[in-house]
Amino acid sequence: MLAKRIIPCLDVTAGRVVKGVSFVELRDAGDPVEIARRYDEQGADELTFLDITASSDDRGIIFRIIEQVASQVFIPLTVGGGVREVQDVRNLLNAGADKVSINTSAILNPQLVADAAGRYGSQCIVVAIDAKQAASGRWEVFTHGGRKATGLDAVAWAIKMQRLGAGEILLTSMDRDGQKNGFDLALTRAVTDALDIPVIASGGVGNLQHLADGVKLGGADAVLAASIFHFGEYTVQQAKEFMAQQGIEVRL
Amino acid sequence: MHGKNQMIDVAVVDYGMGNLRSVEQALRKVSPCAKIVVSDDPEAVANARRVVFPGQGAMPDCMRELDARGLRSAVLEAARNKPFLGICIGLQMLFEHSAEGDVAGLGVLPGEVVRFASGMKDAQGNKLKVPHMGWNQVHQITHSPLSEREGAFALSPSGGKLDRGSDHPLWDGIAQDTRFYFVHSYYVQPQDGSLVQGNSDYPQPFVCAVAQDNLFAVQFHPEKSAAAGLKLLQNFINWNPV
Repeated sequence: MLAKRIIPCLDVTAGRVVKGVSFVELRDAGDPVEIARRYDEQGADELTFLDITASSDDRGIIFRIIEQVASQVFIPLTVGGGVREVQDVRNLLNAGADKVSINTSAILNPQLVADAAGRYGSQCIVVAIDAKQAASGRWEVFTHGGRKATGLDAVAWAIKMQRLGAGEILLTSMDRDGQKNGFDLALTRAVTDALDIPVIASGGVGNLQHLADGVKLGGADAVLAASIFHFGEYTVQQAKEFMAQQGIEVRL
Repeated sequence: MHGKNQMIDVAVVDYGMGNLRSVEQALRKVSPCAKIVVSDDPEAVANARRVVFPGQGAMPDCMRELDARGLRSAVLEAARNKPFLGICIGLQMLFEHSAEGDVAGLGVLPGEVVRFASGMKDAQGNKLKVPHMGWNQVHQITHSPLSEREGAFALSPSGGKLDRGSDHPLWDGIAQDTRFYFVHSYYVQPQDGSLVQGNSDYPQPFVCAVAQDNLFAVQFHPEKSAAAGLKLLQNFINWNPV
């Protein structure tokens, strides 16, 4: 049976892994290549790198990091952040990314998703959706780290991205991100039930039960977390053992 | 310096469909001294000792790009005559026909490529998503006469044998039902069941590995399947089919 995936997420800026609370208050977590290697050894199913570099001067750094990781770590690598055109997708794939995550640019130019999927295949196009609850059972898509509302309904947007060729959705609750009080399970469930493509739940993991809930209650195909792994609270292996005890199929 | 005519150990066929870097990196990892090239040159494919035939994207595009580069006959030749490893679409393209875009394949192996049904559910009633993406167990199938005596194996005092699913050299050192990384929406249905070297379930069994003489092909991505995947690639590098 197909295993549910655990995906450690590395937010990278200026060549370092950092983690903040709701996209502010960044805290240094270490060297990305070293961290990637450690998670691979612990049995991570995939790794996601988000380049949150603000300055365009530093944009080249992520390519060198991905090149180094890809020569040492033989599991799928997703890279996102600052992907604006098909050429950016190509450059990241050439550096060693297996999938490229598109967020704000998908909203500014939805055709980018169709073009990138048409050129490189849906399997390597992830659309990242940052959503905030607007009302009970309704979530709005935000950009710019949760600061800018788009007026788009998150479920409708996810369906549209699937139709344009996204192979997977990385769904982050901006209400929960960095809060450590668990995924927005209603959001996760609403999106995963509406789609035929896999959904990665993100935002809010503070303990191992949260990961299990994302799968069992949220219906996520994969769960993503950052700080619980970065700061040594849990290893990926511990997370998998916990999920297995809860009857979730994992790769041990 | 080595000349241009130095024998190529492994040619990874590049027909312009996406990223072959991870395949190349993984091969270098398991065989640091080998001369490995990623090439769209039919001559390089013809001159290589071994050929890896990867693929991603949509099969109609893959077939078109393969022909646009004049690679078809070199690939067919390699698939019939030298150690040959197909990966993902590189497995699917070996068959006669794909439902993806209703396109003809290379026809090396008889059979069809079909899509996973939509609306599949798991035992808990959750949707089974397509693409089939992630780590799934690979059940090795063996066709040697020994497999008919599996009961005898189970009774054998040499307990190590119990883990062995298949005696094909490419499964060497890889335990039965090991997980590999998949990402695909279509799968192969070979006409000849004796070609099948591995199955996986989603939720019904589907074929994920086939072999014929010098050829081995898999639906999953060994280059992205951590230690088990590297082991399979190493087995391919060491494989000398007669």
